[in-house]
Amino acid sequence: MATVNIRATVNGTERMIECEPDAPLLDVLRQDLGLSGPRFGCGVGLCGACFVLVGGRARSSCDFPAWAAEGQDITTVEGLAQDGALHPVQQAVLDEQAAQCGYCTSGMIISAVGLLRANAAPTEGEVRSALDGNLCRCGSHQRILRAVLRAAARSEPAARPPGARTPVRQEEAR
Amino acid sequence: MSRSAEPSPSLAANPQLREWLDFSVDAVVTIRPGKVEYGQGVWTALAQIAAEELDVGLDQVRVAGVSTGSSPDEGVTSGSRSIQDSGGALRQVCAQVRAAFLAEAAEKLGADPAGLEVARGAVGPGSGESGLSYWSLDEAALLDRAARLTVPAKSPARWSVAGRSAPRIDLPDKAAGRPRFLHDQVLPGMLFGRVVRPPAPAATLDGVDEADLPDGVVTQVRDGSFLGVIAESDRVAVAAAERLAQAARWTVRESLPDEDDLKGFLLSQPTDDQPVVQRRDAEAAGQVRSTCAAEYTRPFIAHGSMAPSCAIARWDDGDQVSVWSHSQGVFPLRGALATGLGLDPARVTVHYVEGAGVYGHNAADDAAADAVLLARAVPGRPVRVLWTRPDELSWGPLGSAMLARLSAGLDAAGRIRTWRQDVWSNGFVGRPGIGGEPRLLALSHVAGGTPISATLDGVPSGAMGATRNAVPAYDIPDLEVTRHRLLTMPLRTSSLRSLGAFLNVFAIESFMDELALAAGADPAEFRLAHLSDPRARRVIEEAAAMSGWAARARGGTPGESADGTGFGLAFARYKGVAGYCAAVAEVAADTSISLRRLWLAVDVGRVINPDGVLNQVEGGAIQSASWALRERVRFDRTRITSVTWESYPILRFTEVPEVAVRIVDAPGEPETGAGELAQGPVAGAIGNAVADAVGVRVRDLPLTTEQVTRTIELS
Repeated sequence: MATVNIRATVNGTERMIECEPDAPLLDVLRQDLGLSGPRFGCGVGLCGACFVLVGGRARSSCDFPAWAAEGQDITTVEGLAQDGALHPVQQAVLDEQAAQCGYCTSGMIISAVGLLRANAAPTEGEVRSALDGNLCRCGSHQRILRAVLRAAARSEPAARPPGARTPVRQEEAR
Repeated sequence: MSRSAEPSPSLAANPQLREWLDFSVDAVVTIRPGKVEYGQGVWTALAQIAAEELDVGLDQVRVAGVSTGSSPDEGVTSGSRSIQDSGGALRQVCAQVRAAFLAEAAEKLGADPAGLEVARGAVGPGSGESGLSYWSLDEAALLDRAARLTVPAKSPARWSVAGRSAPRIDLPDKAAGRPRFLHDQVLPGMLFGRVVRPPAPAATLDGVDEADLPDGVVTQVRDGSFLGVIAESDRVAVAAAERLAQAARWTVRESLPDEDDLKGFLLSQPTDDQPVVQRRDAEAAGQVRSTCAAEYTRPFIAHGSMAPSCAIARWDDGDQVSVWSHSQGVFPLRGALATGLGLDPARVTVHYVEGAGVYGHNAADDAAADAVLLARAVPGRPVRVLWTRPDELSWGPLGSAMLARLSAGLDAAGRIRTWRQDVWSNGFVGRPGIGGEPRLLALSHVAGGTPISATLDGVPSGAMGATRNAVPAYDIPDLEVTRHRLLTMPLRTSSLRSLGAFLNVFAIESFMDELALAAGADPAEFRLAHLSDPRARRVIEEAAAMSGWAARARGGTPGESADGTGFGLAFARYKGVAGYCAAVAEVAADTSISLRRLWLAVDVGRVINPDGVLNQVEGGAIQSASWALRERVRFDRTRITSVTWESYPILRFTEVPEVAVRIVDAPGEPETGAGELAQGPVAGAIGNAVADAVGVRVRDLPLTTEQVTRTIELS
């Protein structure tokens, strides 16, 4: 198949990628660049497992052709940590134990990071809406909601409206 | 605390201590369970059990990957039995190893073993710095022996690692996006395979026209109606498979039932009829003054794992094959592959690598068979096979459609005296190797392959198969339960989380509300009046208290809710012998049906990782809600048509309810597992809440807005 050279910034590094122009960005990231964070789930942009940030906005990469990535700034879950420290959303996912199988986790984290960049103090309803394109089959939704709200509270305390709901951890009765 | 002298079945089958752990890495204990991790958190809990009994830090425990080449054979990771079986074995093994270590250390030190303590795997600190540790003693002396049941494990009262919430050992990789899943594995020289599935379950491949395949294709594989392609990259394999699909000529037949008449389908097929319970009480039957009867159904349900199934296989030296799979049962898979391919099982090795969440027997094993068949064409090269999303939703085994027909008799005081329950279903026991058949999809498509025969269902009991939880937990003197297993199987079925319990509990708990209404009783009170088991009563009382049941928005007549809000309660003891769960649901019914909140109280006996239990119960509750409200495999007379997340919708973030879970403390009771016990009660609670909100009983799942509207219109 005919190939083209695509130049894009991936996780802060400029990359030149030779691939078929209509190759899905997800394939390029996983197979050509060896990134495992974006996951294949459906191939048609309906599940969110493959989400990456393109120009700071979360979107599916399985139905995003490589040619459209030319000149774009792309961030995968691997590119979120700063100086060895996890992004607040990643840390909150661990703090809330907000996963079961974890296959959808990278896409969830990316969606949440995209949301928090646009809205530092989202309501629970706004988080639900922002993550609506991310499917989870294990049923970890409540924990993920708590994690995103926790990350928002941690990273932008000044931006939170007065009286904003603080996520409360579900404790077992013992 | 005294322990049962019964070994876990896993330990009885694998009695050598060395099979379960070693100290080959300094300051690290490597445990080797035969149960696999697929997101349920079981490896974390097993590590806690080992750390507790050995007196090492949880951070010192590593869990070895499961492989038929190196792990104890613990069969399939299913049935919520890992903590009992694998945990029970590891607890006993580790207690014995610790006792042997202390005896050895005491002899070297000339001390009384009872006076020594172990911390982080070494004698001390209260016993002085002896320098003796699990890693300093002769490993063979500690481990080369058989398990004895006379060594007592610790009393839970002395636990410091087990019984407390521990963070999952697998989550840091997942939050960072590091390679962890089978889908991320890249083996040296790996090629990429794709399978072109038939266009329908009943289809025969007549021929393949010449296709212009892209550069990078290594070879095509055709064997009967099994058609696949191997390429240098997955992109090329996908493109080649699409062209092959266009070039393939098939004879397709209609073989599926009428999706809009599942009841008619289930009742019209030949069945194997087996009694589950027959308990006659003529005196009680004679007290019956009124009777009720109803039928409840569920459709076929798909597993819908977030990742399409994946596998890698490589053939070496002619007849030796290595397989990497996310199967729930690598040992049965090895046996089925050997049987199906006429190989010596000793020449087949299956390694487990985690995939996305698994909720029963999905397509993982089938993908493994695909990889094995394709890789045979390129000896020495590993071939990775990845399924497509449409194939995953249509070719993997399904949870069977079911019908439960119930009738009951009440006496003058409103007590249930008689109960009949008949369950029609395809079987749930269809994993590889069951009944001596490989039961692997590709092996049914190759030349000379035979269709997978109708799935079996295990021993008819309230604990297994389609009749799991078909025996009500209530005190009913005259009881008869019968299983009707279908002997035809137009849509392939096998085990899906909770098996028949999802429908049986939905049916029983819906019916209990209908009986309560007939008896003029509050649904919670009506249940308690028929329950003498104190643990059952306790979870109902807890769930009622959590949800404010007594003071719920209205205590009035069903269907007279001013604001369209409805509350429902349901209960079951999973399998009749395992964990207890009561659930309360709150739904809102206006222009659509939405589930607002769920409250669950569970008693799962002793708890190893409380947060792990909460996670499993929360997740089970949401998945059950998704099944109950949304899910239904769609098909025409030829093929399954629900092959995307649009045509097979599951509950999304904007639709999931708030979920509150409380664990009822029961430290003196054995562990029961927690992964499946919410499925039935949540469905029952939602059904009862919908009936409470709209005043009409909807007995056919899923409870979509359209289904509820249709039922109201027909009422």
